[in-house]
Amino acid sequence: MDQMDQNLLRQREAKCIQEKPAGCTARCPVHVDVKGIIEAIDKKEVEKGFEIFRRAVPFPGILCRICDQPCRQECKRQEIDEAISVRALEMFCVNHKPGSYDIAPLPAKDKAVAIVGAGLSGLTAAFELGRKGYKVDVFEAGDCLGGLIWTRSEIELPRHVIHEDFSVFAKLPVEMHYHTRITELACLMDRFDAIYVATGFQENWDNGFHFTRNAEGTLQVDLLTLAVGQEKVFAGGGIRCRKGQQSPISSLADGKIAAISIDRLFQNASLSANRMNEGPFTTSLYTNTKGIKPQFMLEPIDTARGYSDAEAAREAERCLLCECLECVKVCEYLAHYRAYPKRYVREIYNNLSIVMGIHRANKMINSCNLCGLCEQVCPGNLNMGEICLEARRMMVDRGKMPPSTYEFALRDMQFSNSARCALYRNQPGFAASQYAFFPGCQLTASSPQLVKQTYAFLCDKLHGGVGLMLSCCGAPANWAGQREMFAEIMQTLKQEWEALGQPCMITVCPSCHHLFKQNLPNAPLESLWTIFEQTGLPEQAAVHAPKKLAVHDSCTARREIPMQDAVRSIVGKLGYEVEELPFHRENTVCCSYGGLMMHANRDVAEKVIRRRIGESEADYLTYCSMCRDNFASQGKRVYHLLDLIFAGAEDARAEQKGPGYSRRRENREQLKREFLQDIWGDVMEELKTEVKLIIPDNISCLMEERMILVDDVAKVIGYAENSGNKLRNMENDAFIAYYQIDSVTYWVEYLQENDAFIVKNAYSHRINILN
Amino acid sequence: MSNQTGQQEVDIVCAKCGIKLTMGKVNLTYLGSSFPVELYKCSQCGLVYIPEELANGKMKQVEASMEDK
Repeated sequence: MDQMDQNLLRQREAKCIQEKPAGCTARCPVHVDVKGIIEAIDKKEVEKGFEIFRRAVPFPGILCRICDQPCRQECKRQEIDEAISVRALEMFCVNHKPGSYDIAPLPAKDKAVAIVGAGLSGLTAAFELGRKGYKVDVFEAGDCLGGLIWTRSEIELPRHVIHEDFSVFAKLPVEMHYHTRITELACLMDRFDAIYVATGFQENWDNGFHFTRNAEGTLQVDLLTLAVGQEKVFAGGGIRCRKGQQSPISSLADGKIAAISIDRLFQNASLSANRMNEGPFTTSLYTNTKGIKPQFMLEPIDTARGYSDAEAAREAERCLLCECLECVKVCEYLAHYRAYPKRYVREIYNNLSIVMGIHRANKMINSCNLCGLCEQVCPGNLNMGEICLEARRMMVDRGKMPPSTYEFALRDMQFSNSARCALYRNQPGFAASQYAFFPGCQLTASSPQLVKQTYAFLCDKLHGGVGLMLSCCGAPANWAGQREMFAEIMQTLKQEWEALGQPCMITVCPSCHHLFKQNLPNAPLESLWTIFEQTGLPEQAAVHAPKKLAVHDSCTARREIPMQDAVRSIVGKLGYEVEELPFHRENTVCCSYGGLMMHANRDVAEKVIRRRIGESEADYLTYCSMCRDNFASQGKRVYHLLDLIFAGAEDARAEQKGPGYSRRRENREQLKREFLQDIWGDVMEELKTEVKLIIPDNISCLMEERMILVDDVAKVIGYAENSGNKLRNMENDAFIAYYQIDSVTYWVEYLQENDAFIVKNAYSHRINILN
Repeated sequence: MSNQTGQQEVDIVCAKCGIKLTMGKVNLTYLGSSFPVELYKCSQCGLVYIPEELANGKMKQVEASMEDK
């Protein structure tokens, strides 16, 4: 936890507002959990709803009839139609309350409290303090409990409800003194350890209490604690209101605040510490109301009785159960782990803090595609990708990165950057290059022909020499948290770029472009797509019959507006109509290649692909070959933009799946060989494998799924045949051999047929066999 | 990892030594930990047989749990 310290954790957690209360609860002076009540009604657990209400409101029968409902002012439903009828739903719960419920006070304590006035505020304080075990005496000038509530009509507030709610005092150490008008506090000071004055609104003050008025003419009181400036005296409720501003729920809230203050006073605790959110506040919770259909509030048919079951269910259904989850709604990865970033951030930090034990969040950390869409949609701009990447780097630094997660991808990257594939040359006839074409490792693997055509076109159109740089940009190392490995790749690229005369680098893949922009700040950079805007399109780029193509922007092109514009412009020039997907440009989604998601969590990656390709029926158009191949892998018709420009967008191309891992390697290697031969007249020796393999299609698919290369299989068989170290299955006569390559042991079952070997099965494991 | 790998009886012969594999103790190791297990092996040259089900099942699980330690 050294590098990601606790303060940073809190800052990041705080950006996620999912756990903030709903507006109604925040605005309620006693923070009734309206969402909790409505969820209980939804689940037909009405008694639970009542329990939630009663925990916040000591007199639920009264309040569900007379509450002035400030909560409704904050109801998000108002953006659509009208606020939820909170009180009516609370009344529904009260109508279904259990026969009895427990209000056992804590053991008696030796402090005594005087409450002056038996209105809602005084009685709430009496209730709360009585429950804590304090001895409470309530002094009431009149002959009944409840004060102003008796001015309500019998219809609005049936009297039996009042009696029922106040019957709780029989169970508490609270003594009522009726017909006892207190005119000055001195008489109470000796006998009581604290006094709460809640005599209600009074137009003409009888100031025997020696309270001070503020500039507005109302009671001078500390809003956090309700202290009035006299030792152990507190005041609240209607007494501190202006005329007409009395509110039942605010009076009740004051009673609670006073009770907390008095309890703290008795415990010698700070009266004011950490009480900022005790009263009403504005929540920072964001809730999107877009697309929600209007449905107006339901009035109960029986107004005296309140909602029937069906009516309550319908009104409860209107509640949006306010929450944010903006990022979770748009991201399969965030949805997969069934929580939200605030929890994930905490889990990640906990994971990084474990010294001994299981790191349960490893897979979660490694599954993020780092695409940044969460930051785009988050009201607090929290970027889970940044956190996951940082966590991966720390895991690598501490030797805690599971080796199996990214090793295959990193081996593939190293192969692309090895002498077998990498090539850095000036255009023939030029000692230095004005430009350098960087097609990236995936386009060279998927469509080497397009790389050749593009290079020839650039050499023809651009002046000053167009060099060629064949290698990987290092994105896999970066995504895997391998900082050192990534820095080495960048260093090599920088040296090669310098050796070519510091040309302007022309990228095709948005990920290469993104990384160079961040890591080679001195290298001039241009996307092939904006270059086409300058050079015009090749002549063979035939204008197509009108057809709609849905453009998929790569996640690494999220902030590349000129690139996005150029792509759309090219598509238009080729005669197609651009369809914008629901998530596009700065809000685009990843194809699942980002962050090496496919290597860490294939299930989530496939969900990502399926969701994206389901957004439109139209053929898709990508400008990254991995995006294209990923969509094609799940059966989506999709073109790469270069397919349109150089290959005439043949219909069959849209359905073609990308080559497998082994073929991708061969393509890269062969491209280098052909480039060297065709352009520079050099011969690159072909590494001929001595083992001739026959791999049936089903085994080829199996190897692809298990990430076993043809080359690996050839090595196993080569080793077995040379050493004689092989087994024979007597049931089917197949040979079985194993051989460890780097950290993986590969097993192959095969039959020999003349000079060739027929592969029957292949599998692998990482646990080593000690001999 | 349990040292009983629960393999069914197999009819596999070491092609080099020409003898049938029998159950025997084999040491496996991963990420610095080693553990003995019973596997089919050639009693003469020590060549081991790990069936596909074991490699893709139990061994993958053990690898994953050891990687998360």
